Amino acid sequence: MDAIPAAQTAKHDAPDVGELFMGFFILGLTGFGGVLPLARHMMVEKRGWLTGAEFTDLLGLCQFLPGGNIINMSVAVGLKFRGIPGAFASILGLIAVPTAVVIGLGVIYGRFADDPVVRHLFGGLAAAAAGLLISTAIKIAWPLRRDVLGLVIGALCVLAIAVFRLPLLPTLLTLAPLSILLRSRQAS
Amino acid sequence: MTGTLVTLALIFAELSLLAFGGGNTILPEMQRQVVDIHHWMTAQEFGALFALAQAAPGPNMMVVPLVGWHVAGFSGVLVTSLAKFGPSSLVTGFALRLWERFKDRPWRRTVQAGLVPVTAGLVTASAIVITHASASNWGTILIAAMVAIATTTSRIHPLLALAAGAVLGLTGIGQP
Repeated sequence: MDAIPAAQTAKHDAPDVGELFMGFFILGLTGFGGVLPLARHMMVEKRGWLTGAEFTDLLGLCQFLPGGNIINMSVAVGLKFRGIPGAFASILGLIAVPTAVVIGLGVIYGRFADDPVVRHLFGGLAAAAAGLLISTAIKIAWPLRRDVLGLVIGALCVLAIAVFRLPLLPTLLTLAPLSILLRSRQAS
Repeated sequence: MTGTLVTLALIFAELSLLAFGGGNTILPEMQRQVVDIHHWMTAQEFGALFALAQAAPGPNMMVVPLVGWHVAGFSGVLVTSLAKFGPSSLVTGFALRLWERFKDRPWRRTVQAGLVPVTAGLVTASAIVITHASASNWGTILIAAMVAIATTTSRIHPLLALAAGAVLGLTGIGQP
């Protein structure tokens, strides 16, 4: 797959492979607690790789596809400007530092997990991470609060995955087409 | 060891292709696989690894290399990362080509609207599963509830909420 020409788009010249790597490397290094807002700042405002509309359009694609939004975004942007080498440079840049940091934290945790102080610290950290996830779920579900159909589908999903602990693949293969079918009925 | 790596590769490649709506939707399935089916760790350990990953910079799926490391060391990191980030990236690459062509078709919006409740349900299920594993006594339940309320109702930075949780946890209040 070769690069799609980036003509009539960027304020600056299309980034080369090294610039893609460095851009996403810094993003991975600094992106605590959600990379997406920083990604927009880096690609649109600071480096001018994309216009705001192009960013939103690419993000729409990346949200629609499986995989993490920002991971997909790095692949799409790399591919857009520099083809397959660009995609590799972008995704490697993005995950290099976070992988090293997370393994480092894992080593520390593994070594001191039996110490009561460390155990309490990580107990609190894990509970806080769970709290963040609850908040994320509330924010994602909130727009559906008056959408009976959406709530029923969402509730079935929660029952299947969290209560009955059913495997994800058959759950998705059942509920996603059902939900899409109901939406198309609703729309027509 | 090779058998474990192959199993890891298969699990995370499947998760990669099923992660519609971002990484958080596949947490329960990841936990089911590594805790319930393969017994590589307890639910509490999985919760702790998830928390560590949230405290690290970068994309929110950093729990993936951490699980790989926990199960099979550095080869585990490599295998889980490739399996998790490879297949979805390939799909993204191919889809990028088709995207411009189908951008304004009505069916694309219908599909997107249909996936929203499924994503919301999956993330809610993730929150339930992770909270169940991580908030097991009144001290940690209190921390989870406080962080949930604070980050839902204010614009407090997630990292600050994690730090506050860690400090509260450090006191050992309400924990055995």
